[in-house]
Amino acid sequence: MSAAPESLWLRAARRLLRNRMAAVSLVFIAFIGAACAFGPAALTHDYMVQDRILGPVAPSALHWLGTDTLGRDLLARLLQGGQISLQVGLIATAVSVLIGVIYGIVSAWHGGRIDSAMMHIVDVLYSLPFTLFVILLTVVFGQELHWIYLAIGTVSWLTMARIVRNQAQTLKTQPFVEAAVCLGQSPLRIMTRHLLPNLAGTIVIYATLTVPSVMMIEAFISFLGLGVKAPMTSWGLLIKEGADVMEEYPWLLIFPSLIFSTTLFALNFLGDGLRDALDPRAEKQS
Amino acid sequence: MARYILKRFAGMVPVLLVIATVTFFLVRFVPGGPFDQERTLPAPVKAQLYAHYGLDKPLYAQYGRYLLNLLQGDLGPSYKYPGWSVNELIVERAKVSLELGLWGLLVAVALGVPAGAIAAARPNTWLDHTLTGLSTLGICVPSFVLGPLLILFFALKLGWFHALGWESAGDRILPALALGLVFAAPITRLTRANMLEVRNQDYMRTARAKGLSGARVYFVHGLRNALVPVMTYLGPTTAGLISGSFVIESMFNIPGLGKLFVSSAFNREYTMICGTVLFYAVALLMLNLAVDVALALLNPRVRLEAK
Repeated sequence: MSAAPESLWLRAARRLLRNRMAAVSLVFIAFIGAACAFGPAALTHDYMVQDRILGPVAPSALHWLGTDTLGRDLLARLLQGGQISLQVGLIATAVSVLIGVIYGIVSAWHGGRIDSAMMHIVDVLYSLPFTLFVILLTVVFGQELHWIYLAIGTVSWLTMARIVRNQAQTLKTQPFVEAAVCLGQSPLRIMTRHLLPNLAGTIVIYATLTVPSVMMIEAFISFLGLGVKAPMTSWGLLIKEGADVMEEYPWLLIFPSLIFSTTLFALNFLGDGLRDALDPRAEKQS
Repeated sequence: MARYILKRFAGMVPVLLVIATVTFFLVRFVPGGPFDQERTLPAPVKAQLYAHYGLDKPLYAQYGRYLLNLLQGDLGPSYKYPGWSVNELIVERAKVSLELGLWGLLVAVALGVPAGAIAAARPNTWLDHTLTGLSTLGICVPSFVLGPLLILFFALKLGWFHALGWESAGDRILPALALGLVFAAPITRLTRANMLEVRNQDYMRTARAKGLSGARVYFVHGLRNALVPVMTYLGPTTAGLISGSFVIESMFNIPGLGKLFVSSAFNREYTMICGTVLFYAVALLMLNLAVDVALALLNPRVRLEAK
């Protein structure tokens, strides 16, 4: 049991790297992630320092991506904003994975009436206007970062719960789970030690696909002016600020849009690649 | 069928009650009240306003009155637009949003379905790769990126359309594209995947064996069956169109419901927030029901079961 999963992950990693689009995406995401994590500290320009005499200038040797209307360096702001956007993406995804996985496993494990009630709740929530609630939650709890993580996380766990529940339901009937039950192991132990490791692949795939959708929600609320507050920034806010002055200073719209869309693009490709690499059905075919 | 629909309606009541309750208490935890935003009013005036709208009563009394009014379909008065009721404002604004949403849906379906069908007709050719590539691009370019780019190019540079507003027929085009193109992408993917599955079904071979033309078999017999899963996607699409409309309406300055909701959230207009949330919830629940019923009518094998 302990040796098999390792080789599965190794094989999946090799298969992922053979997929050219996924490999390129992985490298790109690693690059963006590193740039956003270390860039703001390493750059000569600070994302907050204004230069009102300079004002907005087009990209040049001094300011590679130009400056915004307050004379702040756009590259520095993009990296700082990326730090926030990626941070929201990762933490809100972690929140949604936590809720979704627990909900899904518990639902599948209990089965019967509890399961159908829990899944019915998910169905109902699916059909509700959840973006309204994200907007309300950010208004209610203030535009602090940790509330934004929570607000987004608490509305994006539904798909994860559904997928985990379906997978766990098939796993539940497998002989090794029956064996664990016969050995008298507690439900908690079976869920965490037997079901969870076998769900790991699925969870990784959908967590990767949740990151871009969560980043999309963050950018969406920032665009409406309900996300992080100035002078802090995020990609959504930068796109918004760029859109306000796009006629005069188009680079302020184009660079943030470009980096945001490319990152989402790469994350989606990575998720698809992971699905191909980790899907057990694909394994049988090759 | 009628029994099923009735049961679904009955199921909506507790859901709506929960939504109404959650929203009611959620908005009252918002720091700041409905009359704090624009200018600081003198204390007596503010007290009078609170008394006028019943906001000085204890919370449970306000909640009770709110539910009673709700039962009669009354969403309460608007604080921001004195003399208007929330019902009137929602109806007024929803007309605009509905039109925008329908244009957006038209764009999404009219582009997505043919693109998916054509891509599936010639799988793994350059045509397929171009169309699927474009649709992947569409998934990653959200409406708030697409919208400004469309305005920049078609309105400001080329001057074909107005950048803002909702007056002439031409003002519909850019917002509809910005809203709908994003959803053309998943519809293309879905249609393509389903067409690929349907292609090799027995009834397709039968239709061809009867001597029907290839195009007729493909687009009539094939597409009709491939569209069933696409129809189930209409629920999520509409939910997405609604949240997209928040951005599009504020971007193009369109006097729709989305803009009303966002500004009421900013202004802590309790009655308006609760009213719009309930309105959207009812609209989405009804739409999901309509989709389920339509699916059952299209495909007799689907049996409607109420839980």
